[in-house]
Amino acid sequence: MKLFRIRGGVHPEERKEATAQRPIEAVPLPALLRIPLQQHIGAPAEPVVRMGERVLKGQLLANSQGMISAPVHAPTSGRIVRIGGYTAPHPSGLPVRTITLEPDGKDQWIGLEGVDNPFALEPEAISARVAAAGIVGMGGATFPAAVKLNLRRRYRLRLLVINGAECEPYLTCDDRLMQEQAAEVVDGIRIMAHALGVTRALVAIEDNKPRAQEAMRMACQGDPVVSVAGVPTRYPMGSEKHLVQALTGLETPARGLTADIGVVVHNAATAFTVHEAIRFGKPLLERVVTVSGGAVHTPRNLRILLGTPVEHLLKLCGGTTAEPERLLSGGPMMGQVLPSVRVPVVKGCNGILALTSDEVRSEHAMPCIRCASCVGACPCGLVPLEMAAYIRAGDLEGAARFGLADCIACGSCAYVCPSRIPLVQYFNHAKGEVAARERTRVKQEETRRLAAQKSERLERMAQAKREALARRKAEMAARKQAEAEARA
Amino acid sequence: MKNPIPHPGPHAHAGNTVRRTMVLVMLALLPATVYGVLLFGWPALYLLLVTVASALVAEAVSLRIAGRPVMPFVTDGSALLTGWLLALTLPPWAPWWIGVAGAIIAIVPAKQVFGGIGQNPFNPAMVARVALLISFPLEMTTFVAPQPLWSGQGPGLLAALDVTFGSGGSLDAVSSATVLGHVKTELGRGVAPGAAQAGTWGAGALALGGVAGSLGETSALLILAGGLFLLVRRVISWHIPVAMLATLALLAAVAHGLAPDRFAGAGHHLLAGATLLGAFFIATDLVTSPVTRRGQIIYGAGCGLLVFVIRTWAGYPEGMAFAVMLMNSMTPLIDHYLRPRIYGRDRRGEPLVVADAAGRASHD
Repeated sequence: MKLFRIRGGVHPEERKEATAQRPIEAVPLPALLRIPLQQHIGAPAEPVVRMGERVLKGQLLANSQGMISAPVHAPTSGRIVRIGGYTAPHPSGLPVRTITLEPDGKDQWIGLEGVDNPFALEPEAISARVAAAGIVGMGGATFPAAVKLNLRRRYRLRLLVINGAECEPYLTCDDRLMQEQAAEVVDGIRIMAHALGVTRALVAIEDNKPRAQEAMRMACQGDPVVSVAGVPTRYPMGSEKHLVQALTGLETPARGLTADIGVVVHNAATAFTVHEAIRFGKPLLERVVTVSGGAVHTPRNLRILLGTPVEHLLKLCGGTTAEPERLLSGGPMMGQVLPSVRVPVVKGCNGILALTSDEVRSEHAMPCIRCASCVGACPCGLVPLEMAAYIRAGDLEGAARFGLADCIACGSCAYVCPSRIPLVQYFNHAKGEVAARERTRVKQEETRRLAAQKSERLERMAQAKREALARRKAEMAARKQAEAEARA
Repeated sequence: MKNPIPHPGPHAHAGNTVRRTMVLVMLALLPATVYGVLLFGWPALYLLLVTVASALVAEAVSLRIAGRPVMPFVTDGSALLTGWLLALTLPPWAPWWIGVAGAIIAIVPAKQVFGGIGQNPFNPAMVARVALLISFPLEMTTFVAPQPLWSGQGPGLLAALDVTFGSGGSLDAVSSATVLGHVKTELGRGVAPGAAQAGTWGAGALALGGVAGSLGETSALLILAGGLFLLVRRVISWHIPVAMLATLALLAAVAHGLAPDRFAGAGHHLLAGATLLGAFFIATDLVTSPVTRRGQIIYGAGCGLLVFVIRTWAGYPEGMAFAVMLMNSMTPLIDHYLRPRIYGRDRRGEPLVVADAAGRASHD
């Protein structure tokens, strides 16, 4: 298959060998599960259970709210012991509303209802089931999958791309899933293709995963819809806009979606959960997580229930051999620092990494020497060193003119920067600040509009009063005159 | 958990540092430098050492005065490299104070005054060289014929001290013109370049470097080897050197083809003087050259053009330092206008328009 070149990118040390040969393993139940009500982009789910209530595996715990949201379900049977704030698996460490479930050990399912022939279903029925199953983008983006399946309504689509690139170092969970459950993944892809109304689906897998490529090729042999495309091992191949460009040669317009060029991208693990949801009616309750990093005693690929605390996972992997320099959710390029080992694993978490200082290679930042390594590495055609200079000077408009909004925060620039300038931090800060200023501006405008409306209203009222007074005066005068005339 | 503070990604690094970059450049300079010292004897080594040491001292003192941390910056290798590059462009038997004055000019007004590493608009070594050339034309243009250490003709360890640190009175006896200087003089007198170059300075001699010239500029082959090393190790990209050398060669070839008796040929321009050192080590200075590929090509071509113009029509036989500095001044402009195209946008920065039949359905 003909591939197209993408700009820039880096080739970080892969470090996948620690877990690439480790099959996916099931794990024993933890003592408590903590299920955050926001494990997705969009509005948090709203609880439908009460404290103390007994729930069955797969039972709805909290319902989705609004257009972009996702419900959460009980990962096992047990008792709801708490509903309230708990530290989120996010660098801020701020509490989010979380349901705490105490497993009863029976793992007793609620009644499930699968579909024998999903291809007889209406596309709407499929996306409705996907939405009800609480499925979100499993690659880390956590965008509600059903919303993306409904893009058919607004865009003319022709291609479904399955992102099995797994371009982040260390992570092998998608690799293993595609090897071990290729048939299920392909079935999920076919169901999604049906829901999207496309006749072609391409599974993109980086060339450093020949076994996954082979397993998937076997599974979709003779399939008229699904085929496998090997893509070069280059970060950030898994960035959906870049992956689509590598496969089709088409560039997604700035500020647009890949749907603008007729393509929808879903993750390989998402395809697997769609298969489970449609065929067996199973909501999203578990996922495969790679637990790795130099500080982990025995790196493994684990199939864990959502809500399992990170420390439970680390314990199952023999604990940490050294004090980790950094504990991450996700890969080392775009992963996020976890505030504590007590936070739970959520839907979008594809890896738990405990990295040593040798792996992180953190050093103090030095001044920029304009070496342009970042310019060469940026997959978006930006000039990171100039944007950083503007941000340093406090000129966010300047940074915006240089394309701040087009930055995908992949970290390629900071990865190659010899001066160790935390470029991603600069850009995230500036994006946040620009957004905050925009909110303030909108708010001020709204306040001004409301104030203007109010004074106008007051003015109208005063005017009405004056008119009423004048009218009364005139009436009085008229009456007096009439009386006078009558007397006369 | 050692680091619970929110630290942004990436949580990995390629491992390159500013120091590593500087060390690689120095490694690349080593063969030509060693050869220059061997060729011109102990005075060359003394000049190199005194220039480098002065650069380091000037850097440390400046940092101290500026209230910035001294050690991380003095040890980043940039001042060392600046002193080294400057020494390579000096006449090898120049007196010590040329090296000291040059190093101070390079580090203090040309670099630290602007805010230190990364902030200087002009290549510090070239600022120093130009300042020296204008201020001390005699010392900066008194070149010696090669006195290789292995030949035993040159001054010994102690006698060399007198050349560099003493009166330097014996210089007249051994002084010699550089190739560029000689050819320029001869061309000025109306002697055709072929005749002017006849005898001693064939292309072979220029490539190997057994000729009079600056400390580290004489051996084209060794400098080229260092430059290729930098390309292979990806410290520099090919755009600047290739654009510069190609432009210079093209202009020289055309001029020589039109009027062979008035213009020297391409080979002469490429091999003589500071051409290769400039193309691979000076014009490619990271701080003062453009950051985009297209910008680098324009910048390199501009350097080549200016070198040709200055060598041919201006008062100086060598134009590298002037050419690089003039193009340095263009770098901000080039970087402003020549940016890469942003993904999903056209060259003007507007979002791409989907011309395809796919995309938004009509009822949207």
